[in-house]
Amino acid sequence: MSFKILNIALADDDEDDRLLFKEAIDEIRLETRISLFNHGQELMDHLTLPNIVLPHLVFLDLNMPIKDGMQCLREIRGNPNLNQVAIAIYSTSSSEKDIENTFILGANVYINKPNNFYKLKEVIEKVLKINWQYQTSNLNKDNFLLRV
Amino acid sequence: MKINVKINCSQLARAVLAEKLEALGVRHEFGRPGELILCDEIEPDTKEKLSEILGKYGIEILEDKHYVLVERIKNAIDTMLRSKDIHTEKVSDYLADQLNYSYSYLSEVFSETTFTSVENYVILRKVDIVKDLIAETDLNLTEIAFRLDYSSVAHLSAQFKKTTGLTPTAFRQIIKKRKEQAAG
Repeated sequence: MSFKILNIALADDDEDDRLLFKEAIDEIRLETRISLFNHGQELMDHLTLPNIVLPHLVFLDLNMPIKDGMQCLREIRGNPNLNQVAIAIYSTSSSEKDIENTFILGANVYINKPNNFYKLKEVIEKVLKINWQYQTSNLNKDNFLLRV
Repeated sequence: MKINVKINCSQLARAVLAEKLEALGVRHEFGRPGELILCDEIEPDTKEKLSEILGKYGIEILEDKHYVLVERIKNAIDTMLRSKDIHTEKVSDYLADQLNYSYSYLSEVFSETTFTSVENYVILRKVDIVKDLIAETDLNLTEIAFRLDYSSVAHLSAQFKKTTGLTPTAFRQIIKKRKEQAAG
């Protein structure tokens, strides 16, 4: 059934990070469809196209040229059409202030970019599974906060 | 008279499926063998009709049964977590009693269908109720721990931290600031 496929988007300006992320996702047992974007503006242009299938989950790098992750977060949460989209911040910053700020602005997940592939896979898998539970179960999405 | 025929079963099945799905207006793609991808969510009524029509051709919607059972397991878990039984019964006994299947069967179907175990789901759901109580009520952690049958506040906090990566206090703080921001 279609609900088994998780649609994912990633916006990250680092090509290596995008490739590693895609490789990690491909190795996970869940079925996913992933779209990759080079920066925030590309992602936002995509999300606001008419009649697109919205991703269930968007991974946002914080530091990107043209439009950064913070700005995307604000725009997504400010757009009622996108309120079903879960947002995972995917960043090298582990500043408590950044983390708290993104949660307050409406992020659901905060991921510190892991420094090895094995850990990356583990972290993404955890996030996808929990997000999948939020898509399919009677869990309160307003309180979906996860830090990994 | 006898003639020999060679039947391409998968082609046959696809033709039947395509015809029936189009008749119901269901947009679809073919996935891996035995897999059908529907482009839109379909109504339960449509799904039932589809299941009936395809049944005549020996095509059975497989996941459906499991999916329905998983829904019943989840509902039973919800009921249990919100009732007094939480203090007396083990989850495995409760589910087996309520649903009339052995717990090993239930837990196998659950894991296959949801990518997580019943035990993990119970924890996730329990923590979700804790979050609701933290966000929506003035109950303190001791009261919440008692209500959800945690042996101590320390146990509740540890499970909360393990599940969400946040302490209950940090969570409460974030929700509070979110509300202030929405109001301001």
